[in-house]
Amino acid sequence: MNRIIKIVLLDILKNKIVVSYALILALLSWGSFMLENNTAKGLLTILNVILFTVPLVSVLFSTIYIYNSSEFIELLLSQPIKRKKIWISLFTGLSVAMVLAFFLGAGIPLLINSPGMAGLMMLLAGSLITVVFVGLAFLSCILTRDKAKGIGLAILFWLYFAILFDALVLFLLFQFSEYPIEEAMVGITALSPIDLARIQILLHLDQSAMMGYTGAIFKDFFGTAVGLLISFLLLVLWIAIPFLVSVRKFETKDL
Amino acid sequence: MKLHFCLPFLLFFNCFWAQTIEVGANKPIKTIKEAIALAKSGDTITVYKGVYQEGNIIVDKKIILQGKNFPILDGQSKVEVLSIKADSVVVSGFKVINSGYASLNDPCGIKIYNKTGVVIKDNVLENNFFGIYVQKGTNCIIKNNTISAHQKEEQRIGNGIHCWKSENLQITANKISGHRDGIYFEFVSNSVIWRNISTANIRYGLHFMFSNDDAYISNVFKNNGAGVAVMFTKNVKMFNNYFEENWGDAAYGLLLKEISDSYIIGNKFIRNTSGIYMEGTSRVQLEKNIFKDNGWGMKIQASCMDNQIAFNNFLANTFDISTNGSLVLNHFNNNYWDKYEGYDLNRDGIGDVPFHPLSLFAVITENNPSAMLLFRSFMITLLDKSEKILPSITPDNFVDETPEMKSLQL
Repeated sequence: MNRIIKIVLLDILKNKIVVSYALILALLSWGSFMLENNTAKGLLTILNVILFTVPLVSVLFSTIYIYNSSEFIELLLSQPIKRKKIWISLFTGLSVAMVLAFFLGAGIPLLINSPGMAGLMMLLAGSLITVVFVGLAFLSCILTRDKAKGIGLAILFWLYFAILFDALVLFLLFQFSEYPIEEAMVGITALSPIDLARIQILLHLDQSAMMGYTGAIFKDFFGTAVGLLISFLLLVLWIAIPFLVSVRKFETKDL
Repeated sequence: MKLHFCLPFLLFFNCFWAQTIEVGANKPIKTIKEAIALAKSGDTITVYKGVYQEGNIIVDKKIILQGKNFPILDGQSKVEVLSIKADSVVVSGFKVINSGYASLNDPCGIKIYNKTGVVIKDNVLENNFFGIYVQKGTNCIIKNNTISAHQKEEQRIGNGIHCWKSENLQITANKISGHRDGIYFEFVSNSVIWRNISTANIRYGLHFMFSNDDAYISNVFKNNGAGVAVMFTKNVKMFNNYFEENWGDAAYGLLLKEISDSYIIGNKFIRNTSGIYMEGTSRVQLEKNIFKDNGWGMKIQASCMDNQIAFNNFLANTFDISTNGSLVLNHFNNNYWDKYEGYDLNRDGIGDVPFHPLSLFAVITENNPSAMLLFRSFMITLLDKSEKILPSITPDNFVDETPEMKSLQL
């Protein structure tokens, strides 16, 4: 298993796209810290990167990579290795590589320019978001055999979580604005990993004061140690569930 | 004629008669109370370094009470320390500490009772319930005092400088921190608050109610629990003040409620949750102010009318302006907005395209505060951009017709 991880990892790290992804992230992060003379503003720029670019690149690259390595997977399957193992190693290799790229690109400038809790939180949230979207890529690959359809599905996942979900939330907010829905909204954000990460990061920036009453409720819930743990557990669930579904499908799939 | 001739002599003799009484551990007179009892009107009492725990000291004669090397007047957390019950008393150079706490009669560090021409200067006040209290004072001067307290609860602490029903006061160059309100004005008129520094107070840096015809100039209000509140007042002049770092759920750089015919000119609003929050405000001129790094630059409720907002700089605010209705009765012109993306073909420094300072998200959150949940969401940025190009939801008369192209030199 370790061997497969190593092969996948080395293969991806040599990949030009991942290298340029790390470089672009580094450029964006360093740039935003240097252009804005105030760290908080720099952090907000990186927040946008984490919520937008990171999921997109993670999900797209992983999907394409899995489709492209279908022959490699078939070759592995001819060996006496459990299917589960192959799939998990692939996932681990891809995740580690993408997290590494994120860490090298955005993590280092983050830790240097904003070594506090907010920077650490962004790093953690960014890494988790990366893995969540790698997991979603595995799900979309296994759901369809057709490469075009698979990539389309991956883009749809991204579109849904990055944009459509928020539009839906806004719609709900207006439909139910007469009711005390603040507590319910806390539950609803758990349905999107990106929102979960965004709110968790915002709570650690002083911008959270702008979030008013709803923000205060969030702070009461997510701001505490238990809330923090719960929100990270939720993010881990977001990694585990799509991936476990894909593992089960892969085990029985007729390739 | 005769009287005019005599007057200089009278003054001269008056000085000659006035004596100085010295109080100190190794002086003949040991306590301040004793010295006051001995003193005649016009005398000077000099108090030397030491700790004086004399309970409530009442100054009921027109004297000059001066401390050398900050003698400590300790109220031992039981009583009001210094009560001034005579006109034209001067108190300077004392360290007044530990006044009592009571919710019925408000014991203070130093309190002026219905008197005229009292001067309180160069004192240090620490850990008092109220710092300096002016009750029905006229022509009083409060100058160069340092007032601080360390209580955490709002109910357990009074105001730094509390002025009630007074007239013609000068509050100058004081430093106030850790009180409930730094400076509190109620029914005070024709007064000036100048060059004070009010920081880290639990509630407001300056709290101002029913006080007409006052001016506050060149003060610093920083890091107070809820910023500065000016309410139910007309004819206030606020010039060149700093409102900084009032950051929190209900904190405002400057809260204006029912203010009319006033001037807010040359102030700086930096890093506040809301720079200015206006409600029921009319005929106010807001000019040459800087709004920088605030969550909201200005929140103008629809109950405001005929305010002139001109020649201000709006820089790096999350939202420049927000409002809660579609009625716009205020006038914006010649402001610089860093979010302006228009052009200037005739090069006269004024943008050719009007600027709509109200963003869609600001309107959405004002109508539905829960929507703040989507703060910094990508979808919101997208909506904002499209609204900027084709305004549909935001009121179209909320507009600066003549936006400046370059940031104004203020």
